[in-house]
Amino acid sequence: MAETHSLQDLQQPAVSSKVFVQRDYSSGTICRFQTKFPSELESRLDKQQFEETIQALNNLYAEAEKLGGKSYLEGCLACLTAYTIFLCMETHYEKVLKKIARYIKDQNEKIYAPRGLLLTDPIERGLRVVEVTIFEDRSIGSGR
Amino acid sequence: MKNCEYQQIDPQALSTPTPTPPPHQGNEPEKKTEPKRPKRKWEVFPGKNRFYCDGRLIVARQSGVLPLTVGLILVTSGLFFIFDCPFLVKHLTSCIPVIGGVLFVFVIITLLQTSFTDPGILPRATPDEAADIEKQIDNTGNTSYRPPPRTKEVLINQQVVKLKYCFTCKMFRPPRTSHCSLCDNCVERFDHHCPWVGNCVGKRNYRFFYTFIVSLSFLTAFIFGCVTTHLALRAQGGKGLVFALQESPGSAVELVICFFSVWSILGLSGFHTYLVASNLTTNEDIKGSWSGKSGEDVTNPYSHKNIFINCCSVLCAPMPPSLIDRRGFLPADESAQTGGTDIELPTLATKSEINVEEKCLDFAVTCSG
Repeated sequence: MAETHSLQDLQQPAVSSKVFVQRDYSSGTICRFQTKFPSELESRLDKQQFEETIQALNNLYAEAEKLGGKSYLEGCLACLTAYTIFLCMETHYEKVLKKIARYIKDQNEKIYAPRGLLLTDPIERGLRVVEVTIFEDRSIGSGR
Repeated sequence: MKNCEYQQIDPQALSTPTPTPPPHQGNEPEKKTEPKRPKRKWEVFPGKNRFYCDGRLIVARQSGVLPLTVGLILVTSGLFFIFDCPFLVKHLTSCIPVIGGVLFVFVIITLLQTSFTDPGILPRATPDEAADIEKQIDNTGNTSYRPPPRTKEVLINQQVVKLKYCFTCKMFRPPRTSHCSLCDNCVERFDHHCPWVGNCVGKRNYRFFYTFIVSLSFLTAFIFGCVTTHLALRAQGGKGLVFALQESPGSAVELVICFFSVWSILGLSGFHTYLVASNLTTNEDIKGSWSGKSGEDVTNPYSHKNIFINCCSVLCAPMPPSLIDRRGFLPADESAQTGGTDIELPTLATKSEINVEEKCLDFAVTCSG
């Protein structure tokens, strides 16, 4: 009976609040998020850990949007084919987005879920915010 | 042992009407039992857009004069291939229909891509985000009433840029984003809403639009040149222009269309080439955002100060993804468009949620006690 109850707890934690990490526009319109540590997470998470996660995300987005030889080549080739190659080829940006999704899943499993937090992939919020959902602390009665 | 308290805080009993047993297998039993066809996100999209091919193609609700644009191009090119090409192939070279064909294909493909691609629409803020922003605004400003203009200033490359709050989308617009009133969407790097292509021109489809107008100006100039050559060759030997026009009436139509459109299209191409080289949008140029009209020392903070790099960053940058996820499925319990949580939680009205939390706290107290 107690096991059923704790399973239920783990599967349906109540959302306590949400924190939104906004975009940092100081370098222009490229995708960057602010690394300022939100005060609501102080009790749950290390400041350094959080900053590392956001910085890694920023680096991944910078890689996605990087203007370099490879992206120019892709762009020129696309132009020559009247951009029809976008219909058959996965773009560089999409490949990096998949990498970002894997990274966030990994971070959630290793660091955030054990602390009752959940990172939402920014692409699901239109690359506007990194949403951090804070779950109610259910450390009572769950045998943890 | 703790049977009664467990029963007390059973969330399913509070929220959904389904009297299902406690879940051993996961969250599925909490969902409503009526089998609904899963909806795709485009079906509940709040902007003024139309979708085709199950969300793959997006166009503004007001298609403007897109049919006219397509019609003009098809008619002019059709007449060119029917009336002028046979004569010119015989008298000049067979490269002419080949070049014409390539240009025509380019124009049509890029036009369709400009019209049917998501220009860079920003999805509207979720209710949680909107509430968070409202909270921040109220904290900093006067809490007794809301001051009408809500702006936020950011420093971009040592240049002060004002970000405006969008009341429709409930968020602060990122830099270079503008809300299109015709489409009722915020569009990133908003250039303009083009009635000729029936869509906004923004970050994602600007390169298609630019390629379209450049190739169209080449096509128009090419057809104009060919028609003039054709008529000149026919009128040779003292036969006269009228005779030539009588022999090839289609050319007269082409001549008129091309003559009137070539100037405006060439002008537009030149204008957009200037915009691309200085990394500006039509919107910014018209408003004079970076021209220092107000006497301040303002420069375009987005320009890379190098024409080549500007061109490359606008036209050859990695293609950004569509942010509105048209073909994604709505979570089954979100058909009423509630908050955007990713967790499969039963949709609780706020009242019952507080109810649950109170009972949780009660339970916690009894458990630890």
